[in-house]
Amino acid sequence: MPHDHDHDHHDNDLDEMTALTRALETVLVEKGLVDPAAVDAIIETYSNDVGPRNGASVVARAWTDPVFADFLATDATAAIASMGFTGRQGEHMRALFNGAGVHNLVVCTLCSCYPWTVLGLPPVWYKSPPYRSRSVRDPRSVLAEFGTILPEDTEIRVWDSTAELRYLVIPERPAGTEGWDAERLAALVSRDAMIGTALADAP
Amino acid sequence: MKLSDLNAPAFSEPWQAQLFALTVALNEAGHLPWTDWSQAFGARRVGGVEDASDYWLHWARTLADEVSRRDIAGAEEIAALALAWQRAAHATPHGQAVTLENDPMA
Repeated sequence: MPHDHDHDHHDNDLDEMTALTRALETVLVEKGLVDPAAVDAIIETYSNDVGPRNGASVVARAWTDPVFADFLATDATAAIASMGFTGRQGEHMRALFNGAGVHNLVVCTLCSCYPWTVLGLPPVWYKSPPYRSRSVRDPRSVLAEFGTILPEDTEIRVWDSTAELRYLVIPERPAGTEGWDAERLAALVSRDAMIGTALADAP
Repeated sequence: MKLSDLNAPAFSEPWQAQLFALTVALNEAGHLPWTDWSQAFGARRVGGVEDASDYWLHWARTLADEVSRRDIAGAEEIAALALAWQRAAHATPHGQAVTLENDPMA
């Protein structure tokens, strides 16, 4: 960005938060606790590689491969790892299958624990205090805000994530997708469907 | 405010991505158990604003606290380093990378 005023030597301002972050990095790198290359690699990974498409491929495989679906139901951590998605913090995964009369919704009431490896980083609403409290108290109204209206007699199960245990919702496979392959099906699986605020998209 | 409208990108400023990666790197190097992190961050998030715009500020303060609590660096040292970075930025000609060596008081 060109600057043509007279104070070019003094226009590099670091805001307070950038300066604090640099200070923390300086301390951690100088003490040998963190490798700057590792920090860069993590940013790169979360900017490019990790996102809800990983989770969508897990869901689509579960829809098309009954053996995998069983594996996912009994040991989600291992099943998801078998597709190359492994947790960074040693957390365990559990898959929550929506079905007739049962809908699952995931929250972290404490802060924002979230299955990063399959969904990337959480959306802002997931981190917001109203979502964290209302999902538990009144999940039906939360779902309604996302345009998800469930039958009165559907039971909504709310799951509170922790640092050690994170959840992936497996939505129901939409009707009219008979014969579709996993890749085509994955496009119907949104991030919100895997948190539980939405259903899988209609074809 | 509808919850579904809170849909900003995960990081709205570069320092947030840097801070996130720094924390994950510290955890992966074995210096910050994730359960400890979640407890501390969760405590800091109590009473947060409705739109979660204080999320990364709370994250930064939690990491600074954890660094102090683990005797990696004291709060004063971190604050002094942050000021040094700001002085270094001021002293760095535009267009050049800011390094801590540019701090005139270093």
